[in-house]
Amino acid sequence: MSQPMKPNELGLLTKEDVKYIAALARIDVQEDKLEGFTKTLGGIVQYVEQLQELDVENVKPTSHAVPVGNVFRPDVIKPSLTNQEALAIAVEAKDGSFKVPLVIE
Amino acid sequence: MSLHQLTAHALLDLIKSGKTSPKEAYADVLMRVLAVDPKVKAYVHMAHCEPDFSGAMPIPIAIKDNLCTKQEEITCASRILKGFISPYDAGVIERVKNSGGTILGIVNMDEFAFGSSCETSCYGPTYNPWNLECVPGGSSGGSAASVAADEATWALGSDTGGSIRQPASFCGIVGLKPTYGRVSRYGLIAFASSLDQIGPLTKDVRDCALLMNIISGYDQRDSTSVNEAVPDYTKALVNDVRGLKIGIPKEAFVEGLNGEVRQAVEDSLNLLKKLGAVIKEVSLPHTPYAVATYYIVATAEASSNLARFDGVRFGLRAQPASVRKNALVDMYEETRSKGFGDEAKRRIMLGTYALSSGYYDAYYLRGQKARTLIKNDLDEVFKDCDVIMTPTSPTVSFKVGEKISDPLSMYLSDIYTIPANLAGIPAISIPCGFSKSGLPIGLQLMGKAFDEEMLLRVSYTYEQNTEWHLKKPNL
Repeated sequence: MSQPMKPNELGLLTKEDVKYIAALARIDVQEDKLEGFTKTLGGIVQYVEQLQELDVENVKPTSHAVPVGNVFRPDVIKPSLTNQEALAIAVEAKDGSFKVPLVIE
Repeated sequence: MSLHQLTAHALLDLIKSGKTSPKEAYADVLMRVLAVDPKVKAYVHMAHCEPDFSGAMPIPIAIKDNLCTKQEEITCASRILKGFISPYDAGVIERVKNSGGTILGIVNMDEFAFGSSCETSCYGPTYNPWNLECVPGGSSGGSAASVAADEATWALGSDTGGSIRQPASFCGIVGLKPTYGRVSRYGLIAFASSLDQIGPLTKDVRDCALLMNIISGYDQRDSTSVNEAVPDYTKALVNDVRGLKIGIPKEAFVEGLNGEVRQAVEDSLNLLKKLGAVIKEVSLPHTPYAVATYYIVATAEASSNLARFDGVRFGLRAQPASVRKNALVDMYEETRSKGFGDEAKRRIMLGTYALSSGYYDAYYLRGQKARTLIKNDLDEVFKDCDVIMTPTSPTVSFKVGEKISDPLSMYLSDIYTIPANLAGIPAISIPCGFSKSGLPIGLQLMGKAFDEEMLLRVSYTYEQNTEWHLKKPNL
């Protein structure tokens, strides 16, 4: 898929952009909803544009408020859900696994 | 007073003195639900399992629809999770059950906690007990409305950008978002993992401390849970603020703040000053960027977290009538298109955009850096203040339908609550007045990380010297 969005055109969203983003997000946006999403998403993107005013040179990004490193636990088997319990609410199950539509013909 | 009207601590006193039984209390609250929930619509369903009444703290509790509770259908108020019967209990639910808590049922919320009004729920809106034409706030709107309407003695909610505090404010009750890592997120269906935190919604500050005692603590199953000793929060309930420093950010009192809310907060400020607190004007220069920062960071995390809902395992699965791409991809797209509501789709797409190639630096990375600036502002102020005080929300509750078609104006109602999530610090909302139209106003206090005790102390002192928390809606 080609990428219709061009960098540096921040804050300007077209219907094509929204279609592209929707496909990335695995959402099928119907034609009658496209206009509405383009408008509201465009409005929000324009609003967040204000972040471009900030001087973030030499500012470290925060991904977590509480700094934590890797967290390890002992590699010990503990009680967990059984296969049967996990599959009890499956949409479709077969041979102890979740069943999905045919992928490879 | 009837049993359903009581706070948890008053109910416990009655149970201990033998004047009532846990079963009687539970039945009385259930009767209240039957009587008023057809109007309030706080519950999405009542509990399927009869509770055990033999525990130490047999308090009737309502659970937000995003906290996994064994054998209950938990859906995040979304069609995509219809039919998900949780096979396990979240960490907080285990703690509640171990304390003897008696679960009444599962309460409404905005779909996946995306909203500030409880209107994006697939079950339809919950209504504000103070005015049934108005929203209860969100996303923990069902939790707040159930407690305000005496349909639960207390409730659990979750707060990603204000989702406990804003509905608590709109419904005239107490709501606390604990420090990030204080309460285990194990079994909380994730919205934005670096911001989400579970917390209590209660009728007064003492109950808030009691429920914090139950739910706080380290949990190995949540790798962001912090292994820090949990104090007895009821010890923080001291009626004394003499000498405490309260910071008032000048950025909080600007355009967009409703006049009646401003007046109520200024009156509260004067009361605390009279009680001996030291008031300091402070500045949080980057907080005007908090909403923009939040809607980048939170939606980016949400788009990633919600990628798991694809119809493969449980909940909804849908297949289009004819093949579009291939059977599996068609199933993902059709399931997600039918399963998610418009606001969920909007946020997933916004987050996908912020993370997409060519835009990552301009949006997501910049958002994370803005987050640092906002956190630094708060750290700086806390060097010389014990708490920071603001309104919880710039307005009182609004009419159902008023803001739903304008997402941006809805997002701006979280302007005061978002900074605490971005910085990971605790914040509480307590009732501080009413508008002329009879709607509750909330006061927000933010504290240093792991200093919930200071928030409880100032809130308790305020509560002991006011009567707002004693008012009840007419239903």
